[in-house]
Amino acid sequence: MSGAAPMTSSLPLAPAAPAARLSRGLLAPALAVAVLAVAAPFLGGYASDLVVKVMILAIFALSLELLVGMTGLVSLGHAAFYGIGAYATVLGSGAEGGNLLALLVLAMGSAALYALVVGALSLRTRGVYFIMVTLAFAQMAFFVFHDTKVGGGSDGIYLYVRPSIGPVDLENRLVLFYVVLAALAGTYGLLALIRRSRFGAALAGIRVSEQRMRAVGFPTYFYKLAAFVIAGALAGLAGFLVASRDGVVNPELLSWHNSGEVLLMIILGGLGHLRGAVLGTVAFTLLKELLSTHALVGPLADHWQLSLGLVIIGFVAWLPRGLVGLVQRLSPEGSR
Amino acid sequence: MDFGTFLVQCLNSVQYGLLLFLLASGLTLIFGIMGVINLAHGSFYMIGAYMAFALSPLFGDSFLLMLLAGVALAAVLGYLLEWAFFSYLYQRDHLQQVLMTYGLILVFEELRSILVGNDVHGVKVPAWLDGSFSLGGLMSYPWYRLFASAACIVLAVAMYAVVNRTRLGMMIRAGASNRDMVRGLGIDIRRLYRIVFAGGVALAALAGMISAPMSSVYPNMGASVLIICFVVVVIGGIGSITGALVASLLVGFVDTFGKVFFAEISGIGIYLLMAVVLIWRPEGLMGRKT
Repeated sequence: MSGAAPMTSSLPLAPAAPAARLSRGLLAPALAVAVLAVAAPFLGGYASDLVVKVMILAIFALSLELLVGMTGLVSLGHAAFYGIGAYATVLGSGAEGGNLLALLVLAMGSAALYALVVGALSLRTRGVYFIMVTLAFAQMAFFVFHDTKVGGGSDGIYLYVRPSIGPVDLENRLVLFYVVLAALAGTYGLLALIRRSRFGAALAGIRVSEQRMRAVGFPTYFYKLAAFVIAGALAGLAGFLVASRDGVVNPELLSWHNSGEVLLMIILGGLGHLRGAVLGTVAFTLLKELLSTHALVGPLADHWQLSLGLVIIGFVAWLPRGLVGLVQRLSPEGSR
Repeated sequence: MDFGTFLVQCLNSVQYGLLLFLLASGLTLIFGIMGVINLAHGSFYMIGAYMAFALSPLFGDSFLLMLLAGVALAAVLGYLLEWAFFSYLYQRDHLQQVLMTYGLILVFEELRSILVGNDVHGVKVPAWLDGSFSLGGLMSYPWYRLFASAACIVLAVAMYAVVNRTRLGMMIRAGASNRDMVRGLGIDIRRLYRIVFAGGVALAALAGMISAPMSSVYPNMGASVLIICFVVVVIGGIGSITGALVASLLVGFVDTFGKVFFAEISGIGIYLLMAVVLIWRPEGLMGRKT
């Protein structure tokens, strides 16, 4: 499959990355963060909840973008790391709640550990095999939580007291909002840095032609494994946040529908762009709300999965490059 | 575990493995020949099972006739789906194939919910296959399960004969190893794809119809079986029918005996098997080295 790349394509190695371009690329996201930070205290309960939900999903989507968009690894089992992060948070909190930092490390660490095991095995395969193997290992994690007593079986378990440290107490909805916002900004910034680093350039090279990268002398397996583990840890971060928000976890967090939906989000936004992952998350969440609102679509709202399925099919047929691609097509100036 | 129980569990393993083989062979053929990863393959199994539920009152005891009618319907459905959706996916990358077939799953599941509802339904075992026979002592085994195994064996042999002994099979094998050369020799590859796809859908639906009287029909029955089929294909090696057979039986035994010995964590057994195979032979037991 890797031999299909046209011979004329040059490797995107060592891009000239002047600080000016880096800061310009981050201007719009920084503005968005600032606006959200200012607006947070004025948002109503419903709006605030929705924004928090979208922001957590955006972290989850960004973590997958590192694999799919930046490295070219299509994983269909990413929900496992999200769910493991969430379960670790709840299982690590005692009846009196736990230390926020300790739980965060525990959640991201457990997710990263499972990612290390799954990555080490699944990266021995490629292409369509990789898709199937990641899906299968995610299903294995799902069964562990669904069938055994570890996490309360199929009903899941409750988080009685949300994590806190000093004055930062996630029981407070406004504090939760700011913590999630900071996590999103941090994840975005980290991935933007990775993209521009030597490591990110190597990942981009692997995406274009792994064979050539190996020929140049890169140990591509370890580069991919590192990306897989980082992506797992960031998904664990999203899991930590979702457990703190909901106060309950269940095996559905690890279900393969979750893996499919997050994949859909980043493709909806447009692969290869960090803002694509965030835009895709917003668009997908709104689309789901829209398709299940009676006032807008009438009786079809009860069958929103049907409409969603048809939208996905139409999307693949007509907009394979995502919303970012659509914007680029409409405005010839706005490349990159 | 006494000998009678052991024998029953062996028969169950073989029966489950053979059923998986019907599904996995279609999946692996469609991938091996057309290069399409089809997440909706489990939906065809689900459609088959619901077809058995809908058709069995019409056909009464003519169970074989019902299977025949169901296979014909499924093949037509597969032919149309290939024409309407899958034929656009051959030149696309895997990501888009995953997406579109994921969309199809949502559509099929929701249509199923609209047409039949979300209840669990039983399907009657035909009268002439009802009852069970004694295996000595207290153990007995239902006739229907034996019939299911026999039917799967007949189909497997038939499939082997078609792929290895007929002109169509020759074209299929040639198409799997070199698509462009086959086209260059003047074979209508689009028609060939359509036939293979329709055949794969028919096999999956047949597996669903055969299993319906044993497992009843329920929502999302397609998704769980799909993931097990992926495990089978990964273990066996993509594109290899022999590999799919060996892997199906392995998975059948591991799963069935896992439920006997380690009831609580039985869901994990086949994935551990897959992990071992990935460490030992990442390309699958019968896969070609890439």
